Amino acid sequence: MHPPKVLVTKIGLDGHDRGSRVVASFLRDAGMEVVYTPPWQDIAAVVKLAMEEDVDVIGVSSLATDHLIVPKLMRALGAAGLEDIAVIVGGIVPDADEAMLLEAGVARVFHPGSALEEIAAEVVRLTSARRAVNA
Amino acid sequence: MSAEPGAGTLAAVLAGERRALARAMSAVENETAAGRALLGELQPHLGRARVLGVTGPPGAGKSTLVNALIGAWLARGASVGVVAVDPSSPFSGGAILGDRIRMGEHQAHERVFIRSLASRGHGGGLSRTAARVVDLLDAAGYDQIIVETVGAGQSEVEVAEIADTRMVVCPPGLGDEVQALKAGILEIADILVVNKADLPQAERTERELLAMLSLRHYDGWTPQVVRTVATRGEGVAELADLVARHGAACASQRRSHGGRVRRLIAASAADWLKRRIENLDGAEFEQLCTLVQRGELDYASADLRAAELALRAGKNA
Repeated sequence: MHPPKVLVTKIGLDGHDRGSRVVASFLRDAGMEVVYTPPWQDIAAVVKLAMEEDVDVIGVSSLATDHLIVPKLMRALGAAGLEDIAVIVGGIVPDADEAMLLEAGVARVFHPGSALEEIAAEVVRLTSARRAVNA
Repeated sequence: MSAEPGAGTLAAVLAGERRALARAMSAVENETAAGRALLGELQPHLGRARVLGVTGPPGAGKSTLVNALIGAWLARGASVGVVAVDPSSPFSGGAILGDRIRMGEHQAHERVFIRSLASRGHGGGLSRTAARVVDLLDAAGYDQIIVETVGAGQSEVEVAEIADTRMVVCPPGLGDEVQALKAGILEIADILVVNKADLPQAERTERELLAMLSLRHYDGWTPQVVRTVATRGEGVAELADLVARHGAACASQRRSHGGRVRRLIAASAADWLKRRIENLDGAEFEQLCTLVQRGELDYASADLRAAELALRAGKNA
């Protein structure tokens, strides 16, 4: 399989980007091609980027409630015909919100303490699934 | 990567449909059968875009300058496609594709398409398929295409073959490094840019470059030196003008030029053969290696036999 192509990004107003940098670096070291963006991306730009780069998976990092606008991202991806791109969220996500995110179509939510290896394995799994569907 | 391009893909690419174009790029980048077929169909639709190659050492400000150039061309009504290559790790194969974050100012613009590629072990400053991704942008109707190489040193000159205009970005104050660059990428430059020209060493770097240029003889176009401060947009309009002037002056030297096509075919055929040989298995190849190790067969003879084995394996694949 060609390396998974992953977008690691942050949407919204929160600028705590240490987590997304750690994850991006780990995925790179796991052999993946990682498009990394700084925080404060707007949703339209993320959708355009994901489309142009043809990423397999989008990872959204959230510390300070940015996860609440992820459903908006999911709708925008769907409207652009990109529902085959898997979205995962990592960061501070209360349990009640996790259910809401999964309901909105997020593939998986990672919490503090999640092993980086587990995140990488999930990205590989989601990539394989996407490519199998699209092949 | 995703949906294999099939019937209708060519039409969608020619119409500039963004998602189809992106997926066609993945097929081409991953060298799938569908990707190869599409490139064949694309051939009659190429040659309209102007391709600018941008290279230079890491940290010279290539991506920031590309961002500023995108802005200049958008202001002139052009559409802009960008292919930005970042290095793959030789250890993990992974890559951080971070060029486009410095092009963030315009990445959401309707007339801009940016694609990041990992070099995937290819030398020369590009990825193996970068030239073909440029073709896709050309066919999709982008007026100006910019190819940005990985941070390059002396021999990453491959971009010279696939661009109509070659730009080398030099940060000021490299001193000895500018000397070192002389025999390498500086030689391919149609335009030399001293970026970060607000730094104190800029004038001196410009003088050194002009002095170097004055020692060489040129037919037709004489390479020009431009000073820019990409972060503030200074010198960028002049740079865009210069690119246009070079394009007009050197219309007969474009990337479709016969000599370049010849070299590109030679390079990609050699690359294909190399990969075939690296992936050879089986008793015959093992035996060949053993003979060389024992000193019973010379390398030149072994080369030929390995190439023959690889060609045979290629036919069966």
